[in-house]
Amino acid sequence: MSDQDVKDWISKQISGNDIVLFMKGTKSTPQCGFSMQVAQILNHLGVEYEDINVLEDMGVREGVKAFSNWPTIPQLYVKGEFVGGCDIVREMFQAGELQDMLKEKGIASNAETQTA
Amino acid sequence: MAMAATDIERLILERFPDAKIEIEDLAGDGDHYAASVVAEEFRGKSRVQQHQMVYDALKGNMGDVLHALALKTSAPQQ
Repeated sequence: MSDQDVKDWISKQISGNDIVLFMKGTKSTPQCGFSMQVAQILNHLGVEYEDINVLEDMGVREGVKAFSNWPTIPQLYVKGEFVGGCDIVREMFQAGELQDMLKEKGIASNAETQTA
Repeated sequence: MAMAATDIERLILERFPDAKIEIEDLAGDGDHYAASVVAEEFRGKSRVQQHQMVYDALKGNMGDVLHALALKTSAPQQ
């Protein structure tokens, strides 16, 4: 794929799914500690999400870094918006901000049942 | 490929001269660090923007020479 094709493909994934996680490996078999941490948080919250294994395509792996001017993987997107990498997602989860964001954007998660 | 903590600190201070920086070498391999950066320039910026500012200060080393930098950023307490 050309750079433009990669960019178009990436934005299609991001706009076509409520939650997209660009990661190394898959949600069931992550292949990097940072990717695993974000996948575990999402699995714990019980949300539906599209996991994209950047190890399968170097073009996507590099393209997604340029896409959000973010130099590392994993990258989490919610409703088309770049949320962050491992540090930010973990910090938001621990502060309850990630749970609030999901609720605000109308995405069902376990968080509601836990806090109700 | 690795990066010295002093180089990370120097690059960040070049961009944020008044920043308070703490860097911890997590694995002793020059590739995995944790850093906290407190700088006035972060005030009013989102976490993503704050981290991007630090990555820009590292001039392309982040994700390349430097594999992992667990980052914590904030503006000084008022």
